[in-house]
Amino acid sequence: MNRLALFVPLALFAGLSLVLLLGLDKDPTELPSALVGEPFPAFNLPSLMAEQQFVTEQNFKRDVVLVNVWATWCFACRIEHPMLNELSAKGVKIIGLNYKDQRAQAKAWLAERGNPYQFNIFDAQGQLGIDLGVYGAPETFLVDASGIVRHRRVGVVDERVWNTEFRALYEQLTGSEQ
Amino acid sequence: MRLATLFALCFSALVFAGAEVVEFSDESLRSRYQNLVQELRCPKCQNQNLADSNSPISKDLRREIQRMLEEKMTDREIKNYLKSRYSEFILYRPEVNKNTWLLWGSPVLVVLFGVLILARHRRQAKPLVAKGREMIASDQQRLNAMLGDEENQQ
Repeated sequence: MNRLALFVPLALFAGLSLVLLLGLDKDPTELPSALVGEPFPAFNLPSLMAEQQFVTEQNFKRDVVLVNVWATWCFACRIEHPMLNELSAKGVKIIGLNYKDQRAQAKAWLAERGNPYQFNIFDAQGQLGIDLGVYGAPETFLVDASGIVRHRRVGVVDERVWNTEFRALYEQLTGSEQ
Repeated sequence: MRLATLFALCFSALVFAGAEVVEFSDESLRSRYQNLVQELRCPKCQNQNLADSNSPISKDLRREIQRMLEEKMTDREIKNYLKSRYSEFILYRPEVNKNTWLLWGSPVLVVLFGVLILARHRRQAKPLVAKGREMIASDQQRLNAMLGDEENQQ
């Protein structure tokens, strides 16, 4: 009994090492999302393209959409943009949330790089951003036809992320092949 | 003196971060505001509270907290508002739930473990102590006997 007890520190050390080893793979900058499974928050904000026009969450009701948070000051959004163009060309409906940006610059960005968005919400104060729990652009939310957020990606959506995180769920929700 | 200046320089960034002027309709809100921004974590930064962080999101959240305080929301309501958006990450003092019970319970567990070890030690030590006492007593007797003999001889 006493001889076995000598191995207790070793066992504790091994256990701790295992826990820490598993922790190495986790990205500490990634927050658990509080919004997945919850309805997309209600909002009433101007459209980016038409200043006088207001858009709400009703504008994409009954559609499976991606809501993409972007801004011209966001460097990673530059990298992400071609992928969004590609998805849009394949028929994926993408709603833009132009987050804490300048209207003129945002319009110029879309003119220059192409516009993959059905429409853009212009959130100059970041109010909808706070309701969505946005802490860094780009972020992408997959919203189902009943307005429930089904997935959230913080960071760039590229080919790999789309295939591993979004594709299966999107196809399941829309009943189509992408 | 030079050390003091160095010290002041090292910490000046912390002092000035988030030192924007905040106006309240009621001054009693200020202390609650200070407590909240100390206790809530900046979602963008890894280990800074809202008070220390200069990131845009922290500025926005400080403004939100100010707004909610003015709207007479309680501290709990404000925390829940932010938790429902940014998840529990934002609370520097996590709530007790299935993910955190071990964290909260571990001090108690460690103390209990210590008590257990202590109790075991005492139990094991008891016969030894008793035996020790006996030996002391018998040694004392022998000693007394020897001393007694010596005294007798003198």
